[in-house]
Amino acid sequence: MNQAASDIALVASDYKSGLKPVWCPGCGDYSVLQALTKAMASLALKPEDVAVISGIGCSSRIPAYTSTYGFHGVHGRSLALSTGLKVARPELTVICTGGDGDGFSIGGNHFMHACRRNVDITYIVMDNQVYGMTKGQASPTTDPFWDSALTPGGTGVSPFHPLVIALASGANFLGRAFSGDPKGTAAMIEEAIQHPGFSFVQILSPCVTYRPDQKDWRNKVRPAPVEATSDPARAARRLMTDDGFNIGPLYRGEREPFKLNQNNSSTETYDFTGQFEV
Amino acid sequence: MTTNEHLKLESVSEMLAFVLAVETEASERYAEMAESMDAHNNTKVAEIFREMADIEELHAEGVQRQVTELNLEYLPKADYKWSAPEGPETGDFSDLHYLMTPREALLLALHNEKRAAVYFADIAEKVTNDDVKKMAQEMAEEEREHVQWVEKWLLDYPEDENEWVEDVDPPVEQG
Amino acid sequence: MTQELASSRSVSIAVAGSGGAGAMTTGNLLFDVAAKQGWFGTLTRTLGPQIRGGEAAAMVRLTTAPTSSPDDFFHVLLAIDWKNVERFAAEIPLTSDSIIISDVDGGDVPEVISRSGAKIVQLPIAKTAKQIKQGRPNMIALGILAEMVSLPERTLSDMLEKKLGRKGQEAVQSSLDTIKLGRELAADLPVVAKADFEQPAPGERMVISGNEAAGWGAIKGGIRFVAAYPITPATEVLEWMSSALPKLGGSLVQAEDELSSINMAIGGSYGGIPSLTATSGPGLALMTESIGLAVASEVPVVIVNVMRGGPSTGLPTKSEQSDLNIAIYGLHGDAPHIVTAPMAVEDCLFTAQWSVHLAESLQAPAIMLSDQFMGQARAAVEKPEEIDFGTKREVLTEGVEGYERYAVTDSGVSPMAIPGLPGGQYTADGLEHSPTGTPSTQDAHHAEQMDKRLRKLTEFDYADHWAAIEGDGDIAIVTWGSTTGAAREAAERLREFGINAKLIAIRLLSPVQPEKMAAALAGVEKMLVVEQTHSAQFFRYVRAQYDLPCQAKAFNRAGPIIIRPGEIVNEIKNWS
Repeated sequence: MNQAASDIALVASDYKSGLKPVWCPGCGDYSVLQALTKAMASLALKPEDVAVISGIGCSSRIPAYTSTYGFHGVHGRSLALSTGLKVARPELTVICTGGDGDGFSIGGNHFMHACRRNVDITYIVMDNQVYGMTKGQASPTTDPFWDSALTPGGTGVSPFHPLVIALASGANFLGRAFSGDPKGTAAMIEEAIQHPGFSFVQILSPCVTYRPDQKDWRNKVRPAPVEATSDPARAARRLMTDDGFNIGPLYRGEREPFKLNQNNSSTETYDFTGQFEV
Repeated sequence: MTTNEHLKLESVSEMLAFVLAVETEASERYAEMAESMDAHNNTKVAEIFREMADIEELHAEGVQRQVTELNLEYLPKADYKWSAPEGPETGDFSDLHYLMTPREALLLALHNEKRAAVYFADIAEKVTNDDVKKMAQEMAEEEREHVQWVEKWLLDYPEDENEWVEDVDPPVEQG
Repeated sequence: MTQELASSRSVSIAVAGSGGAGAMTTGNLLFDVAAKQGWFGTLTRTLGPQIRGGEAAAMVRLTTAPTSSPDDFFHVLLAIDWKNVERFAAEIPLTSDSIIISDVDGGDVPEVISRSGAKIVQLPIAKTAKQIKQGRPNMIALGILAEMVSLPERTLSDMLEKKLGRKGQEAVQSSLDTIKLGRELAADLPVVAKADFEQPAPGERMVISGNEAAGWGAIKGGIRFVAAYPITPATEVLEWMSSALPKLGGSLVQAEDELSSINMAIGGSYGGIPSLTATSGPGLALMTESIGLAVASEVPVVIVNVMRGGPSTGLPTKSEQSDLNIAIYGLHGDAPHIVTAPMAVEDCLFTAQWSVHLAESLQAPAIMLSDQFMGQARAAVEKPEEIDFGTKREVLTEGVEGYERYAVTDSGVSPMAIPGLPGGQYTADGLEHSPTGTPSTQDAHHAEQMDKRLRKLTEFDYADHWAAIEGDGDIAIVTWGSTTGAAREAAERLREFGINAKLIAIRLLSPVQPEKMAAALAGVEKMLVVEQTHSAQFFRYVRAQYDLPCQAKAFNRAGPIIIRPGEIVNEIKNWS
């Protein structure tokens, strides 16, 4: 994480590119964009020292809407791009973004391994429990009985619990936010960026187009009744009784982050000839 | 060694089924061990294990003959759940190494035979049926003979023959 | 026969043995000592399917001049034992002039070996080893072979000291004593090679594997970040780089799979650090979608693909050139990218460095197709010359208002902003985009971006590195990759027969170089296309991509039986 030294203070709007989002009106991702830019402003990050990385999906369009560096890669591999960038350029603030299909289905393996690798990056998933770009199919977090053209009558398959998997896999900061609470979302993103190691924030971000039922999320979410813990066992117990609508930081871990070589752009020379000489 | 299988050994036919299970499993395991040694080109050790497999198989065949001689109509299925992780005379795969020497292989066999002898003696002590007790005593005696036989075999491989000095063919990549 | 072999410029020796026999150790020591003595040559190996204790053969060719070709047959096959030798008997061709040395107590020579008609010499290898405490048969074997190629005792003992010293003086002495007995056993055997040259000065020669050379070349080219997922036969590239990179302030990260490793490399390179990953066919297949991302987002990245037999898991430990099609055609959409191929072990160094140069200069992915044969071979070569391609990525040096990351330029290359530069912020995108990087589906944007991405590759000056063109004649042997060695030796032998054959070995497989190829083929009436594939992929590629003003014929074969120079000579001699 990098802070601007003495430049003129930037405000949230300075972190927006001005490009018009393709998202549907009413989409939760607008508020997430707002919260992300607010968090960056609050942390006084220099836009040129931040990279927002994504894969494919509605929410993965977010990098282009920021004024930072960005990379909109292929489906499911945003965490790999982010890891490579952070390991190669440790001084940058790397924020990985995307949706539930991108992160938990096609990118599920990378999700687990990014958690356990614990590289100091922040992963923000805008979870709307649906594939929006392909016109409404079930995602890993979709309820088993949700009807869709691809899976009439529902998938019949239990949903994936991202926080459980992230905790079990070794992520160092975990929290859940709701896009309908932009202030709380911004605060959580801010904390996630600051927390060392791999931080994962699940943001409930409703899809007005394919999941109009999610309008009701506003009534379902509630602040988590207990404070965040640094004890993974306590966090795990809370998740056992979690219905998916507790909002707030859950876990502030103390695991040692992935050790980064701080000197990657070095132009040092070394002669390997001796290794091979006869 | 704690066992509870023999508490059920109330008849000769049950005892025979039990012995058959012990000997068959021991024999099959030695044969598998021989195969794995063959595959990795340790033929000396493979030969030892193959010989042990033959010995155990002879034992199993003997039991089978007894079944026929006694004209037993009912022989309970020899499908035992050992109270230990493996059968009382079965060699442990995790004791193998492709570089192991004949001496090490024989020490492994000795260990198995000793275990078996103690095991059958233990049964002989605990069972109540006299015929079964006698049979268990005989089995223990046979295993003790095996122990002596392996000990004799070991004389061919004195301690200093150990060639486990270095791995001249270290592991190679295959995938 | 003694005379004939002793005066020849080359001797080939195979050492075979099963687990614990130490055939590879013998082969490696023999090769290292010979290299020290001044021999050039290569050491290749063949293995059984076991992880440990499998049967193996070390195949050594020693030559008086640099070569990367195998010979047609082996002069000597020494078998410490014969277990499972049929698994690779076909990889060790013998003739009636060859000598087979085996243990007198090791049983009859198997028919697959003896049917060559080679002279069989049985010696008490194991029994003699027993005379020495801790004496090993493979050291007897080393002694026999050292005697047969007249390796001085001093060079051999120095090498043993160096390689076994850590095991203590007793182990070294035991080996030396055993070797001495081996030499005595060889007293009646012919000398098959004798160095009639000076021992080279220290540092003049090198022994290096293709995989090490590829890693080193990549580092010379500027690679400072590597993402790795292990796969045979490419892992050594990654392992070598893992310890080399920190010496230069670089780093390597182990990925969870190849989908990840390629994207990590793209991420690192997007950050301005020249980046690489190495893999083999199955990994390359997983990477192809993301290599397309590197094409579209114009991020330089190098993929070293060390080919093995395919399809699917195929033959992990055996060589083939059958990833040519996927490397050239495997990306979806129109995706111009670079495909290069080294021609020999030592050329892995040059070609890897050049591949980095191309990727960085052109802001495009470069796939370097090495293969198991050269990747895992060790070669004794002249120390390579230092090369400086002046590799430099064109970067934005100062932030500009309205920066266009994908500006349409004459060269097709646009200055790339590196994160950290104020005023250079942009979003790299795999979606088609306008010059600023904004996603766009407009026909004009697609057309101009496609043109630019192609143009930067086709307009670039690849100099004469695109191919090795040697000799002149109306017959051309056209090849690529590790079959170049055999093709080159075939051309040399044909010249001795009075047939003028030209070698055209292509290093730059994509983009194609039509004008240069036309010039290379001028005056050629027949071309034989030599390659290690089942379906003649290279032959089809050459026919599809180039105008051929001549008759063309394929000489192709799937792995693992490598192509030998005599076969090429025969193909050409019998081509009427």
